[in-house]
Amino acid sequence: MKSGSNLERVIASGKMAVTAELGPPMSADPHEVIHKAGQLKGFCDAANITDCQTAVVRISSIAAAFIAQREGLEPVMQMTCRDRNRIAMQADLLGAAALGLKNCLCIAGDHQKFGASGKLKGHPGAKNVYDVDTCQLVGIMKKMRDEGLQQGGDKLEVAPKFFIGASWTPMGDPMDFRPYNLKKKVDAGADFIQTQGIYDMELFKSQMEKARNLGLHERTAILAGIIVPKSAMMLKYMDSSVAGVTVPKELIDRMNKAKAAAGDDKKKMRELQEQEGIKIAVELVQQALEIPGIKGVHIQAIEWESAMEPIVKAAGLYPRPVLPAE
Amino acid sequence: MIVGKQKPFDEIWDMVKGFKKVLVYGCNTCVAICHAGGSKEAELLASMLRMRAKQEGLDLLIDSAGIERHCEPEFFEPLDEKVKTYDLILSTACGVGVNFLADRLAGAIPVYPGINTSFYGAVPEAGFFVELCGGCGNCILHLTGGICPIVRCSKSLMNGPCGGTDKGKCEVSSETDCAWFLIVERMKKLGTLEKLFEVQPPRDWSTATHGGPRRISLEHIRAYEAEEEKKATLTGEGK
Repeated sequence: MKSGSNLERVIASGKMAVTAELGPPMSADPHEVIHKAGQLKGFCDAANITDCQTAVVRISSIAAAFIAQREGLEPVMQMTCRDRNRIAMQADLLGAAALGLKNCLCIAGDHQKFGASGKLKGHPGAKNVYDVDTCQLVGIMKKMRDEGLQQGGDKLEVAPKFFIGASWTPMGDPMDFRPYNLKKKVDAGADFIQTQGIYDMELFKSQMEKARNLGLHERTAILAGIIVPKSAMMLKYMDSSVAGVTVPKELIDRMNKAKAAAGDDKKKMRELQEQEGIKIAVELVQQALEIPGIKGVHIQAIEWESAMEPIVKAAGLYPRPVLPAE
Repeated sequence: MIVGKQKPFDEIWDMVKGFKKVLVYGCNTCVAICHAGGSKEAELLASMLRMRAKQEGLDLLIDSAGIERHCEPEFFEPLDEKVKTYDLILSTACGVGVNFLADRLAGAIPVYPGINTSFYGAVPEAGFFVELCGGCGNCILHLTGGICPIVRCSKSLMNGPCGGTDKGKCEVSSETDCAWFLIVERMKKLGTLEKLFEVQPPRDWSTATHGGPRRISLEHIRAYEAEEEKKATLTGEGK
């Protein structure tokens, strides 16, 4: 075992892994983290704790991950390259490991120029860092863990043992380079991969075939990303405005149909769309798990954590395995 | 070349209004090409400042002048005496010129910036300037098809595109090309795509501004110049 995390043990056991997502609040109050952790606990093997996603200030990933862990939910802390140089990154990794955190996902991070996609003020005038990029951060973390060395070469008395993750946008531009992008992250040392949300399963299958041809599915655990759709509007937005995401028309039509069935009843409109969204998510999970080389799913029920339970149960992924620590 | 843009007029006015004798001092190299700070722009700015002074009833003498370059001492020499008669120099040279002249005047007269020095860029078409180099001190353009990921990628990524590329554009703006999209396409055309498959390790940023102020010393040139000066002194031709 590299880290001994629950997520690593589930993947090592050969069972399909399930990860979820928990977005920390724009608040110094820990209760929202505690509440969300309670909703996710038992329905995933670990939950990603986002690191100031969309470049908006929130409880830091490490602090929120620690709170989640205290609540019995295994966290996957996230670290963006946007906000820290290699000194701060490594200091935070040592601190996180000292707090008992065992999984870390490395990401570039959303650019500060578009805080919350323009919905909030954010900090568009902030100076970003990008001292290292995702591949390099993965490599730094691996060097710390496996060689007990800092990036600069100084020795660590006790190495931080992280199960190292990275993200992959399989359908982003330029699409023919994306399998190689993945390969670079795997070469750098990524133990697991969580993909951008996938709606177009056929396209994803073809990208996965290319990844398999490079042998990547045997060197890392690829978890397919599923973003639970909440409304027809959300699906349309994802299709038109989110990079690397295409939504087949058929799914948007299904959501529109669910919406239309409610007539003018706004409450019912929401409920029917949510029901359809959960149904779609379950189908996507099941389709993704059929793809050769896939080792699990990363289900993102954004600001809708209560959706995890019905999805995981309907997808036949409940109960989650309980594996003894080494 | 160095690309600059004139500061907002009100900001300039706030800088100069407290002085009595101001020289707007242009530079006729890079910043003249980008219509920000050559003799012509210095003259125009001076006349705008005179009009504003008149409107506000202030007794302000504002002249303009221009020289070829503000980054080499010999270009300053012909106007050195004139410059000393002012109590403010509003330089429309790039930041290098402002620093260099301020060092030359050594605190005798203040030198203020009339333009914002923006970037190292090119002029793909008249009136349009684009940033193409960050002056990071450790060029890797041979690895990236001649396209700089340090300044042309919003995140200075070294190992490929992030997840924010959308139809070849950057997540920061739909008008900004994704540098990595361009790099991948260029490398395909060059037949060297496989160069991008290798993981680039963390960079040594000390060659950029992160290692403190940078300087380059060509010892052979400096030794030659010192020798020439010595010879001139010995033969009585020294200055």
